[in-house]
Parts: sequence; C-alpha cells; structure tokens
Amino acid sequence: MKIFATAILALVGFSSAAHSADSVNVYSFRQSFLIEPILEQFTAETGIKTKVVFAKSGLVERIKREGKYSPADVVLTSDFSKLLQLKDESLTQAFSNTEINQNVPAYYRDAQGHWVALTKRVRNIYASKKNIANPAELTYESLVSPEFKGKICTRSGKHPYNLGLIASIIAHKGEAAAETWLRGVKANLARKPQGNDRAQVKAIKEGLCDLSLGNSYYFGKMLTDAAQKPWADAVNIVYPNQSDRGAHVNVSGAAIAKYAPNKANAEKLIAFLASKKAQQAYSALNMEYPVNPAVKPAKLVASWGEFKEDTLPLTQVAEYRKSALKLVDKVKFDL
Amino acid sequence: MTKPLDNSDCLINKNNQRTALSVKPTGSSLAAIVVFIRQCFSKLSMTSFIIAIILATPLLAIFFEALTGYGESFEHIKQTVLSDYIVNTLLLVLGVCILVLLIGVPLAWLIAVCQFTGRKFFRWALILPLAMPSYIVAYTYTDLLDYAGPIQTSLRNWFGWQAASDYWFFDIRSITGAAIILALVLYPYVYLMVRASFMEQQATLTHVARTLGYSPFKSFLKVSIPIARNAIIASVALVMMETMADFATVKYFAVSTMTTAVYDTWLGHYDLASAAKLSCIMVTGVLALLYLERWQNGAKQTTNNAKLSQHKLSYQLNKFQTVFAVLFCSLVLVIAFVIPSWLLLEYALHYFAESWSSGLFEFAYNSISIALITALLALALSFSLNFILRSRPTPVHRFNLKLASTGYAIPGTVMAIGVLIPLAFLDTQINQAAEYLGFDTPGLILSGSIVAIIAAHLIRFIAIANKSIESSYGKLSYSLDMVSQTMGQSKSKLFAKIHFPLIRKSALVASLLIFVESMKELPAALLLRPFDFQTLPTYVYQYASDEQLEIAALGAITIVLVGLLPVIMLNRSIDKN
Repeated sequence: MKIFATAILALVGFSSAAHSADSVNVYSFRQSFLIEPILEQFTAETGIKTKVVFAKSGLVERIKREGKYSPADVVLTSDFSKLLQLKDESLTQAFSNTEINQNVPAYYRDAQGHWVALTKRVRNIYASKKNIANPAELTYESLVSPEFKGKICTRSGKHPYNLGLIASIIAHKGEAAAETWLRGVKANLARKPQGNDRAQVKAIKEGLCDLSLGNSYYFGKMLTDAAQKPWADAVNIVYPNQSDRGAHVNVSGAAIAKYAPNKANAEKLIAFLASKKAQQAYSALNMEYPVNPAVKPAKLVASWGEFKEDTLPLTQVAEYRKSALKLVDKVKFDL
Repeated sequence: MTKPLDNSDCLINKNNQRTALSVKPTGSSLAAIVVFIRQCFSKLSMTSFIIAIILATPLLAIFFEALTGYGESFEHIKQTVLSDYIVNTLLLVLGVCILVLLIGVPLAWLIAVCQFTGRKFFRWALILPLAMPSYIVAYTYTDLLDYAGPIQTSLRNWFGWQAASDYWFFDIRSITGAAIILALVLYPYVYLMVRASFMEQQATLTHVARTLGYSPFKSFLKVSIPIARNAIIASVALVMMETMADFATVKYFAVSTMTTAVYDTWLGHYDLASAAKLSCIMVTGVLALLYLERWQNGAKQTTNNAKLSQHKLSYQLNKFQTVFAVLFCSLVLVIAFVIPSWLLLEYALHYFAESWSSGLFEFAYNSISIALITALLALALSFSLNFILRSRPTPVHRFNLKLASTGYAIPGTVMAIGVLIPLAFLDTQINQAAEYLGFDTPGLILSGSIVAIIAAHLIRFIAIANKSIESSYGKLSYSLDMVSQTMGQSKSKLFAKIHFPLIRKSALVASLLIFVESMKELPAALLLRPFDFQTLPTYVYQYASDEQLEIAALGAITIVLVGLLPVIMLNRSIDKN
C-alpha cells in the first residue's frame, strides 16, 4: 500500500505542474529543435518557462480526449489545416490581444480570433538548372504538360503541404479540373511519391527527375547545410503562377487551447512569437516568411526575390482539404 | 479421480485429464449450470477475467468507437484504395514470413544440431539484430541503396552510366524492400524459438529415419521440421503480428498497407471511427491467426513430446559444409547487424559534436525504466493468466488469455489512442471527484504520465509473455499438478515450488524480449509522453523523421547498445537450458 501511495504521489508530482504562474505548456506539431531557440528567447525575456510536447500526429486527438483537464495552453501547428481542425472541433478559445492584432494582419488571423498565423511558406517548384530552360514561366498547371513525362518528383500526395496545394487548385478551378490535373501529375512522375521535400531536390541533383514540389524554407535549409548545399545548387527555386493567381502559400500558426490552464501566459507567448524579434528569428533560423509586415525576411530568404502570392483566403482553401484527400485516394496518387 | 502417473500416457491423454481436473457436474442440468456459474464467479475466474478485461480495454474502446461512430471515410477508402492496401499487406506479410523461415529455420538447425567452427560465436551473435529497431535498419539501407547512395554512385562511376534510366537497380522503397528489412529484424524470433525446439529434439527419431534410408536432408524435412512445427508456427505468428503492426518502415518505404489506411482515415480524414473500423478488420485477422495457431498446436500436441531416449541429435560438419555454414551465418549477421551498425557508428562518430546531448543519459534512463517496468508487469500478469488457465482449463480462461494477447498486432499509434480513451476518462473522473471534495485538481495523472506509455507497451507486448509461458506450461506434465494436489499443497505453493522453477527460463526469455521491444517502441511514447519527456526512440525520431539520419545515429546506436545487454543475457539463459 505504501508503494502504491508513493507511486501516486510521484505521478502527481509528474503532472501537477499544469497550472503555474510562471510557465506555459506547448503542444507542438513543429519539431522542437526548430522552435526551441525562439522559446528560449521568450523565457529569457519574460521569465515564463515553456514546457513542450512535440509530435507530428495525434496531438489533436490527445487534446480532445484530455478534455477539460488538458494541460495544453498553446498549440503550434505547421500548416493551416490543423489550425482549422482545432477550431472546428471546438478545441480552441478566442483571444484578442492588441499587440498580436497590430503585428499580424487580419488576413492571417481567424475572424473569430481562434488562431493566428505566424509564418508563411510558399509551395515552390524546384527546377533543375541544367534541364529546365525557362523556370519563371512554370505554373502548377504546367506540371502536367507532356514534355515533363517522367521528370517530376514529389513526396506523398497526402502530406498536408501537398493537400493544401491540391485544395487550392480545387478552390480555383473546381474538383473535376483538379482531378484531371492530379492524374496528369501522376502520369508525369519519375517515381512513386516518397521521402520529404528535400529528398526530391536531392533526386533532381542526382538526375532522377527535373522538377519537384517543395516548401520554400527547405531551400534555405539546404543552402546552409554543407552536405546538402550541392542539392540546392542544382536547382532554381521557382515561384509558380506569377502571371496569374500567384504562388500557393501555407502558414504555420498558433492557437490557444480551450481549457488552457495558463491563458494569460499563452497569450504572452503568441504575442512574443508575432513580435518583431521572434519573427526575425523565424526567418533567420527557419528561413520562413514573416507574417508581421514590419519584419523583412532574412537576407538569404529575401535574395530569392519578391513574388506574387495567391490571395484566396486559406479558410476557403481549407474547405476543400477533404475533397483533396479523397482525390489523392481516387487517382491512387501514392500507389 | 484416479490418475495414471505415467508421463507419456499422461501427455497423450491430457485433454481427458483436463476435464477430470475441473469439478465435474453431476446430477441435473440445473446443478450443472449452478456449478458453471459458480466457477465463473470463483476468485480465480474473476481475477483472470479482470486482468484480461483491463488489458483489452483499449481494444474495446476502439471497437466501441468503430461501432458507434459514423465512419464516413471508411466507405470512401473501401471504394478507392482499400483493396490495394489489403493486397499490399498480404504480400508484405507473406514475403516476411517466407524470408524469416528461409533465414531463421536453417540458422536454428545449424546452431542447434550441427557442430562447426564458429558455431559458439554465431549462436549468440545471430540474436543481435533483435536489438535493431526496424525503422533504423530501413533508414540505413535506404541511405546505402538509394540512387544517391554510395553503392549506386560507385556503380555509375565504374560503368559510366549517366542517369537512372541507363540501368536497373533494386528499388529498396518497395514491398520487397520492406519485406527484406522487416525479415532482417524479425528473423531472430524464428531462430530463437525454433532453435530451442530443435535442441529439445531427441536423436532417436532421426536415427530411425536414417536407418530407413532417409538422407540427412530428407530426415530434416520429414522428421525434424514436423516436430518443430509448433515452434515454427508460434514464432511466425509473432512475426506476422509485428509485420502487420509496423508503420515506420512501410511509411518510409512509401508502401501503403492497412496501417497506412488506419493512419490516413484517422489523421487525414479526422475520422477515428473509420480508423477504428479498419483496426477491427486487422484485429479480427489476428484473432483468426491466433486461433488457427492454437488449432494447429492442439492437433500436434502428442507427437511433440515423444521422449524415447536421451540422445541429442548432433552432426559434425565436414570442411566443405563448415565453409558453407559459416558463410551463411556470416551473411545474415553482416546484412542484418554489422552493416547497419557500422553505418550508424560512422555517422555517430562523424557527427558527434552536433548530435551529442547530455540528455542522452536521461533519455536512456527513461527508456530503460519504461522497458523494465513493462517487462516485469507483463510477466506478473501473464503468469496469473496462465496459472489460472492451468488450474482450470476452461474455454473462458483460454479466451481470456487470447483476449489479453491481441494488442500485439495493433499499430502503436492506434494502441496509444486506445490507451488514451479509458485513461483520460479515468483522469476526468478523478479530477471531478477532487473538485467535488474541494481538493486541488491533480491534473492528468494517468493519461499525461508515463503510466499511459507503460500501459500501451504492456498491452502491446504482453502477447510475447503469454505465448512463451503458455507453451512452457504446455510442456509441463499435469501429473506434477496432481501429485502436488494429492499431497495437499496449496495452489500458491504449487506455483512457487513446481511451476515457477520449471517455466522460469521461458519467462525470462519472454521478459527480455519484451524489454528489448519496449526499448525500441516509438509511437506510444511519442504521443502520450508528459512535457519535456524524451525516450531514446522519440529523440531519434525527431531527427530521423526529418531524414537527418546523421544526427539521429548517436541516439540510434544507444538504443542498440542498451538493447544488446538483454539480448546477450537472453542467449545465455537459453544456452544454460
């Protein structure tokens, strides 16, 4: 019995820190090593400690099941669909913070104040320097052209970044057109969808294919990694559809959990993440585009040039996420 | 209740005696029902039932979800990709089974029966791949065999090929590739269990076969293999379940299987009910597998224990055969263990500065604690279930044991959710009670702590202990129990003085296997861990999921190193047999 009591006490000790004046609990879909330096700055400035759980999947379910007593304060996501899912499933709460509202344009905030975007990332096309002559003319639609047969590499069609892109195509062109497009891309694939965005650029370097889809920040990540720089050097980063609707942009973001035990600290953290300092760090460390218009992208990111972005609201794009996923299954994109 | 005490007779008549052991209802059928009900509510039955139900709660939670939820995307998956996924799963399982048999059975035979130089070394070295997480082996081989890997690059340089279209090369990211990698990691199960069975075999039968003109090979096929059949089927059943539950390897190899479908419906379509429905299909398959195995085992029970003499079978290999044997053993060892560890070691040393973290000790400590507690709990619970089944071999008790073993085939992440559902519910009740009584709410003491991780590991791996202890019990003559009973010994004494010493060894083997598996297990820890809590696999995963094998290597090597110790102990304990 004594052992039992000790065990209970130990467990309580393990978990009791959910509510505390000087800490904030973060459930993160973003890898902890990406956000740690920024969280450390936050702690240094405010004295508020951050506690993090990182997982790429399953956190929404965890929050849902934990219910009223969930220790989660802030949820950090790496794409917009998770933000909307959290809100749709009533796992978030509204917040209105003048500092955040000043720093993040309304376009990048939920209309009811349930989430804010923190960084932008473009779904780029990476084009082989050697084999693709006029990269600036590339559009997402041009990927289905017969001249690219066997020349395209991509990661799984079901990855959130690709689903976002497919959903945006449905939003613009309709489901039937999107299906034809997706079938066209599949027909042009050099290999079965596999690996991550960087692995596709590596494949271009190795001559396996000439074109790939990939997020913008990977370009910077590869350029600053000695082993991967040759991959990045083999490609041009292309901002597609510059002569029409613009490039598809996804966002990473933050929401406050419905039952956040430390709501005030959660707001402070998000306000910090939207502040000039953190936005600069996001851009410098992770090569992302800041949402805060007062912050210029880091030098390296800026060097890829200005671009036109697709301005269709992400909430509209998000409506088609499920249809996009169904299309991927329907055309057996990954099989 | 007079019982023959002759050993062989006892084994042959075991089924009859099982019924003889339990209380035989006499008189009217009403009395029979009363006796049956009393049996069901006896202390033993209740204990067995409660353990099984607790272990099956996550599974039941998933079933409940499947039955009550709407599951819209299940229809969608069924109409589009489910058939492909099922075919892929079956192909993968079939491929892995064939490969583990081709690798594991000959190895077991060589080590158990043949005498050749190097046998002593290979005897333990061949278990080493068990310490390797399959996803790590997958990463290393992809690095080696990918288009950009050193092998293809060298080939291109030698032959002057320019592009992928100039030549054909084995695509590791395929069902074949996944089957090979999984077989490399899983063959030790077959090797260990079948080796033990070969070692127990008596020479007489083979000698008879040889006298009748069978060649050594023919007698191997016609005599030894059939006798080892139980062990072969049991180990292959474990391998099949592991294969069905694998997610990391198939995901990395872009092979879509049933687990992919489960993940897609749940995480993509946000449809837990459909995911639960798909899981149920898988679990049904596993249950069928378990019963099939039981049925097979039951049919062959008597021949298995033919104890005609005390001679052990032993062949002295000649020079040519020795070379062949050493080559075969080395090949398996090099491919399954040396190459991946070498690559990891190289990365770990080269990127030591980037990947070293003083946290590694803490992560290792966390992993070891979880694995240790899991192994001990699994042992205790499995002993209870098996002992109760032994004391009263009723169908209900047998079902309880099976019920407690189904977790093995459930993909780790699904298991994590299955564990989360009841634990979070309990937590809510605890907190509400605390609020009601005016105490501070304690927070999520179960679902947000290592309790949840241990529970998930326990439920997933207890099948190993169940299987191992059950088969050991199967070999124990019932006359032992009867003698003990006749002498008026209590049940606890029977267990402590007779059963435990006799099945200790297989229990140890099972607990070591569970320890190693738990050390490697990723999904539950990833999803259910408390804040700022890392295990070795979650630490490795952070980088590996970003395809940064170089940085992940140091952590991966640590998993292998920690796993090696029990693996070596495992071998020793089997050798002492």
